[in-house]
Order: sequence, then structure tokens, then C-alpha cells
Amino acid sequence: MRVSELELQDAAAGLLESSSSGALLRQQTDSRGTGASNDIETSPSAGLFRQVAGRFVKHRLAVIGLVVTSLLIVIGILAPLLTPHSPYAVTASFSAAPSGDHWLGTDQVGRDVLSRLIAASRVSLIVGFSTVGLYITFGTLVGLISAYVGGWLDMIVMRVTDMFMAFPFLMVILVVVSALGASLNTIIIVLALFSWPAVARLVRSSILSLKQLDYIKAGRALGYSAPRIWFRHLLPNALGPIIVNATFGIASAIMSEAGLSFLGMGVQPPAASWGNMLSDAQSLTVLTDQPWLWVPAGTMLLITVLAINFVGDGLRDALDPKR
Amino acid sequence: MLPYITRRLLISIPVLLGITVISFIIMKLAPGNPVDMLIDPNTPPELLDAKKEMLGLNSSFIVQYWHWLSGLLHGQLGYSFSSYAPVAGMIGERIGPTLLLALTALLIGLLIAIPLGIASAVRHNKAFDHTMTGLAFVGLSIPPFFLGLGLIYLFTLKVHWLPTGGMSTLGGEGGIGDTLRHLILPASVLAVGIVGKKIRYIRASMLDVLGQEYLRTARAKGVKESLVVYKHALRNALLPILTVIGTEIPVLLGGSILVEQIFQWPGIGQLTMQSILSRDYPTLMALNLAAAIVVMASNLVTDILYSFADPRIQYR
Repeated sequence: MRVSELELQDAAAGLLESSSSGALLRQQTDSRGTGASNDIETSPSAGLFRQVAGRFVKHRLAVIGLVVTSLLIVIGILAPLLTPHSPYAVTASFSAAPSGDHWLGTDQVGRDVLSRLIAASRVSLIVGFSTVGLYITFGTLVGLISAYVGGWLDMIVMRVTDMFMAFPFLMVILVVVSALGASLNTIIIVLALFSWPAVARLVRSSILSLKQLDYIKAGRALGYSAPRIWFRHLLPNALGPIIVNATFGIASAIMSEAGLSFLGMGVQPPAASWGNMLSDAQSLTVLTDQPWLWVPAGTMLLITVLAINFVGDGLRDALDPKR
Repeated sequence: MLPYITRRLLISIPVLLGITVISFIIMKLAPGNPVDMLIDPNTPPELLDAKKEMLGLNSSFIVQYWHWLSGLLHGQLGYSFSSYAPVAGMIGERIGPTLLLALTALLIGLLIAIPLGIASAVRHNKAFDHTMTGLAFVGLSIPPFFLGLGLIYLFTLKVHWLPTGGMSTLGGEGGIGDTLRHLILPASVLAVGIVGKKIRYIRASMLDVLGQEYLRTARAKGVKESLVVYKHALRNALLPILTVIGTEIPVLLGGSILVEQIFQWPGIGQLTMQSILSRDYPTLMALNLAAAIVVMASNLVTDILYSFADPRIQYR
């Protein structure tokens, strides 16, 4: 009796190990069949990574996007070292055209535009990455637990997500930011507050189908703790769509911050943001005669959002080859 | 179908109630007070207090919310804090311009996106397809305010073809032609975003249909390729495309805030910004609620249209 029980446990454990690490792979490459081949079992994550990377590099625009994004991140990190002038220092030349000293000219109060452009890239990246980090973590946890526990908890969580998703995004964010007072932290928190429900839904739906699979039942039969099943066995297999969603999320958070700052409800002067730099260009004289005040900021914003979106598209194709 | 719709409508009641509670809490979080924003600082405090009393700002949160809710149930949206006009009337005045702008943008967007998406799918993985994918992403990624400023620069300041903003020429004759000239730029900005999103969607839907076996049969029978694409495939691909138009409506509503601000278009978006700046809570509450109803209604309509377009989808 003892022996057969042990055998059962062994079999269950074997099923658990091979499936939990290989399930994503198996779902994607059906031809490999259920029994993941040996090299995959010994180093499943390395093999999976190589496969995904292999598919990613075939997407030319995605690779260009990744290069540009990496470059922007480097600029953002090194921003204080790269700015030729202080982004806040006021000089005597107002709205001066580009020159040897000020490559992109100066703004209406005489600050160096290039320095502000570089400082703003840091702000944009901080907003993009912190917002996404915050809401992906929260949304994933909520979706995971809601789907795994089910029942009334799931029901309540879904109604709450309904509620948050029925708010018109930009409008409610404007209202909340104006109520709480515009600052970098408020923007990040408010953007995250209204972005997590989509992630929670996404994670919930993949967990709902995953938890029906045999290897999770095996895990439960073995008496594994809930967190161990959640984080070691369920989450790794739901990661693909989360990563894709996060990448697009960074781009849209950067865009939202710029929109808020453009409307005067985002990053407040003297701090620089591409959005508030563009907002200064709303006068007709600036538009016609001082293109250095608005073209560079808009172009940087476009390049950043575009590059990150291309990376997201590449990741989507690479992580889900069925499409 | 009917039980499904009834259930969705019933679920939407607590969701909408929740939205009003959340909106109310947000409004009350604001440190400023509409009375302080309105009145000049030399006004005696007793008068300010009387004013607050009149607007109901002195009672507790729950009383204020209850007051607002019971008004709503009696069909009263209240009066604006800043203009003292009935909120319903203010929104009614602004909804026309916003609808005109949003629907024009939707029409332009679809008229461009549908042919390009189909062409992209037919030339799958050819140079044209790759170019379109790239352009679609540019359309998705270009900030509407940057595009708006760029278009004003090009079409107004350089070639003087179109007006910079507003809905009619000041002191002009007005008329449809004048409104259309004012409509072109803001509608184009909104349309670019729609084109960017929909090209990819239409392409995917068309590719899906083009891979179906009945098309292989049609080709095997010797049906001309143009007939296969434009008669057999297009019909089946277009239906799911048309159903998702509903999902664009909330996006257009949000986008209109930025676009109306740039082009001074006198619609809901501009009203929203004005109400935010003057802390006009009754107007903001009504705008939030109206927008939430629009979002939920368009989601429901989308789901219903889906099941008509594809009878395999069944709702319980």
C-alpha cells in the first residue's frame, strides 16, 4: 500500500515538473507532443527563451524598436550627465533659435531646449515603467487569486473591474489628478489605479483554463501550498500575455502622461515633460516661427511610443506563434 | 438573448451606482472648494458660509451624496456651480458638436482603414503589407496633440486653407460649408488613431476568412480571384469588423478631450476641461455618469452585435 502511494506521488510529481515548466512550450509547439523532449526538460527556460528570442529577431521593426528603446533607457538613466546645460537654468536669451551653444535653441524663459528634452525622457520613462510595474503586479495578483479561489470572491472582483473599466479613461484620470493635485507620484498612482483591471481580467482568464489542467490537480493532490502553486506553477505559464500587455502599457502610460501634461494636469513646470513642452507651443507665433520649441518634443514622444509599441508587437508574435 | 440582455442591464445598475459613489468620493477628496474659487477674497465669511449652505456643501458626505442621488432619480442632474445653469441643458448643448466630430472621425477612419486592411491581407507578407503594418503603428503612436499642432501648422499657418479652431467663423455667415471646413482638421486627428487600430484588426479578420476552406473550394471551382476576395471573403470578414465599432466610442470620447482643447471645438471635451478647472462638481458628476453609461451601453451593443454576426457565439 505504502509503495503504491509513493509511486502515485512520484508520478504526480513527475507530471507536475514536466508540465509546469513545459506547458507553455507544449501549448505552442503541438508537434512536440505531450512528453517534452529531453533537452527541454533539463533546461526548459533556456530553450524557451531561445525559441522566443529566435522568433523575436525575425520581426525587423521589433528589433529596431528594441534598439531605440534601449538607447532611450540609457539616455534616461544618464540624463543628468548628458544635458549640456541645466534643464532649469534660465539664460538671458529667450526663445532663441538653435545655435552652437544651444543646439535646439532656448524656450520662452531662456532654458536650453535640448537639456529639457533629455531631462523629460527620464520623466517619461519613470512614468512608463513605474506605472506598469505597479499595476501589472497588482492586477496579476488580483486576477490570479480571483480565478484560483473562485466563488463569491471572483464575482465581487469582476464587478469591481467592471466598475473601473466603465470609467472613460482620460476623463476620470483628469478629474482625479486635478482633485489630488498634479505631481509625478499622483500621475503614476492614478494611471495605475485605472489600468489594473484589464490585467486582472487577462490573468484571470488564463488561470481559469490553466487550473483545470492535470498538473495543477496533481500539485493540489500533493498538498502543495496555494502560493507555491500560484507562483511556481500557474504564473509562469500565464506570463506571455502579461509581458505583452505590460510592454504596450509602458507606451500608453507615457502617452497618457504627455496628454495630461499637455493639458496642464501632469508634470508641472519647471520640471520638464514632453507633454508640457508641447503645451507651451499652443500659441500661433511659436507654431509658425519657433519650431524648435515643439517639433523636437513631439518627435521624441512619437519615436518613444512607436519604438515601445514595435517591441510589444514583436513580443506578441514571438510569445504566441499561433497568431 | 433577451434573458442575457436583461441580466446585463441588471448587473449594470450596481456597477453604475458604484461609479457614482467613486466619482463622489474623488470630488470630495479635492482640497479646494468651489465657493472659494468663485468669490473674491474680500467677501465676509458669513456670506461665504451662506453660499456654501445654499450649494449644500456644509452637510456631511452621505447627506450630500443622497441629495445628489435622489435628485438623479427624479431626473434632476442639478445646477452648475459656475454658471448656475441646469447641468442637463449644458451637456445637451455640447453633445451635438462632440457627436458630429466623433461620427465624422469614425466615418473617415473606417473609409480609410477598411480598404487598406483588406489590401494588406490580400498582399499578406508582401512589401505593401509590411508598410501598412508600420504605418498603422505610426497612426497608433502619434500623440494626437502633436499631430493636431502639426496639421494646424501645415494647413492653417503655411497654406491658409483651413481655420485654426472653433466651429464657425466669428462674424461669418456660418452654414454647412463653414462648419465642414472647421471640422476637417479635428476629425482627421481622431481618424488617424482609428485607422491605426482598425487596419490591423481588419487585416487579421480578413486573413482569418481567407484561410477558410470554402474559399479554397471556390478557387478550386475556378472562381476568379477578385470575386473570391471581394464577394465571398469580404462579406464574411466585414461583419466582425462592423461589430467592433462600438468599442471605438469610448476611445473617441476620451480623445475628444485633447482634440477639442487644441481646436477649441465647443463639445463635451471642452466642457469637461472647464468643469475640472472651476471644480464644477455637479457638472463633472453628470459627465462621469453619462460617459460611463455610454461606455457600458457600447460594450453591451458590441456583444449583442457579435452574436448576430457570428451565431456560433452564444450568451447565457
